[in-house]
Amino acid sequence: MEIRIENLSYIYGQGTAYEKKALDNISLTIHGGEFIGIIGHTGSGKSTLIQHLNGLNKATSGAIYVDGKNICEEGYSMRDLRFQVGLVFQYPEYQIFETTVLKDVCFGPKNQGLYSEDAEKQAREAMRMVGLDESYEQKSPFDLSGGQKRRVAIAGILAMKPKMLVLDEPTAGLDPKGRDEILGVLRDLHRKQEITVVLVSHSMDDVADYADRIIVLDKGKILYDDVPEKVFTHVKELEEVGLAAPQVTYIMKALRQEGWDVKDTVTTLPEARDQILKELGAGAAFAGRSQDGLTGGKADD
Amino acid sequence: MLKDITLGQYYPGNSIIHRLDPRVKLMGTMVFIVSLFAFGSVSAYLLATLAIAVVVTTSKIPLKYILKGLKPVFVLMLITVLFNLFLTPGRTVWKFWKLSITAEGIRFAIHMAVRLTYLIIGSSILTFTTTPNSLTDGLETGLGFLNVFHVPVHEIAMMMSIALRFIPILMDETDKIMRAQEARGADFHSGGLIRRVKAMVPLLVPLFVSAFRRANDLALAMESRGYHGGAGRTKMKPLVYRRRDVAAYIAMAVYLILMILLKFFVKIPVNIL
Ligand SMILES: Nc1ncnc2c1ncn2[C@@H]1O[C@H](COP(=O)(O)OP(=O)(O)OP(=O)(O)O)[C@@H](O)[C@H]1O
Ligand SMILES: [Mg+2]
Repeated sequence: MEIRIENLSYIYGQGTAYEKKALDNISLTIHGGEFIGIIGHTGSGKSTLIQHLNGLNKATSGAIYVDGKNICEEGYSMRDLRFQVGLVFQYPEYQIFETTVLKDVCFGPKNQGLYSEDAEKQAREAMRMVGLDESYEQKSPFDLSGGQKRRVAIAGILAMKPKMLVLDEPTAGLDPKGRDEILGVLRDLHRKQEITVVLVSHSMDDVADYADRIIVLDKGKILYDDVPEKVFTHVKELEEVGLAAPQVTYIMKALRQEGWDVKDTVTTLPEARDQILKELGAGAAFAGRSQDGLTGGKADD
Repeated sequence: MLKDITLGQYYPGNSIIHRLDPRVKLMGTMVFIVSLFAFGSVSAYLLATLAIAVVVTTSKIPLKYILKGLKPVFVLMLITVLFNLFLTPGRTVWKFWKLSITAEGIRFAIHMAVRLTYLIIGSSILTFTTTPNSLTDGLETGLGFLNVFHVPVHEIAMMMSIALRFIPILMDETDKIMRAQEARGADFHSGGLIRRVKAMVPLLVPLFVSAFRRANDLALAMESRGYHGGAGRTKMKPLVYRRRDVAAYIAMAVYLILMILLKFFVKIPVNIL
């Protein structure tokens, strides 16, 4: 599916004392099969933007087309849209309400009108995807840890089998292992099931590692919309709006300044490793540089 | 949608009304409300209208905003007025089936409508121009004398300020949870009564859970900062009366005197029927 946003603006509390322009003339197109990362400083409008993708926010001005149809028009079925575009909110564990994990994950599919058995089947599949085995099914979700609750909530969206998955900082507050697992799930979904993924994140490293296109928001406007390598060449501008480049980019820049012949547009660890190894191989061949540098670099990886 | 409820919210501003001492505003609201019920004549209502108009203008709060606050209580008002209209005994002027409207009923209903409207407007001006914090501050200081009778004034004020503080937070939370459930296909806006009540479960359970969690967190945070009730506690911004506050008290007194004078000397003859 394809979502085209044209000149979208959104104002909170229009006509009150608390009026706030959260989005300002945004235009972008999300193509089927993309993995998009959205980054931006706190309050830049990320959450506001993605809530337009499934019609929870009604654009103050501008239009949104899903597969060519304007969703602001009378008669467009918002509910169908919500099943197609699965939206995982920031801190989704706060939306859990059922007595057992399985029932909670079934909520979405049941709203889709599925019979209990089919809903449960989809719920079980979704739970497996996020790494929750059978033993969790009958547990009370309120007895789980924060990270486990997060998985339950994400499974609740996956169980609806959306074509596009939009996640608002799904890894906030998780430990590194939990983070990698969740992001790994997203990568699998994207690669194997060709689900479109839109990932909102504060972590440049996550976005650079997983996304193949990055949208940078600043004060409700799009600052950059490009592939990671291009976006992260603007390190200075990013820092000015309260962001940063991924850590590897900084390391590579520092290495380059030290006189190593590596590319400083590298944004992911595997790329950096290849570059460093190549350079070390070449360097060690004729200059006999110390092997400590190599082990040090590897440990970082 | 929840944001549409303006009643009871603070409307930021820097007018003289905003800057008045909260005790003055509390007293003023009380005087105003008492005057509405004590002096129920057309001339008294006119004076009250004038007073409200003056206060609203100086407070610089848009009239539209104040009237919007009336909306949620409109149904309640309508019911009150209807009850008064139909259930007051007296001279029947109109009869339909078992319902009859009496002249007294009409008079009473009109009185009720005017009083309720003004009561709400009067008290909403208080909340529009006073932050919850200074409101409870005013209450605590103003009612401090009750301490003599072992009324836990500070504790009550603290509970009030916490409750007031949490209203917008819980409203935000409600909005967020509703959206999250709508993203999972929940439908809060259609279906019959039973379906709608059932649809509230996915909203209310997380809301209660989060309210308890917040209450717990807050209690812990207060204790870890050494909060131990009101005894010996000093204020960061002690309330001090200023010239404008004295002026406001004088204005109140003038208002009351005028009301009394109107009652005894001016009689606008109104024969509704
Ligand atoms: N319900 C609301 N009512 C009024 N203003 C809001 C509301 N939600 C967000 N805003 C304002 O809109 C702007 C954008 O908020 P948004 O939540 O989209 O930011 P964000 O990029 O998701 O930030 P974060 O990284 O902190 O989640 C902020 O300035 C915020 O104050
Ligand atoms: Mg956000």
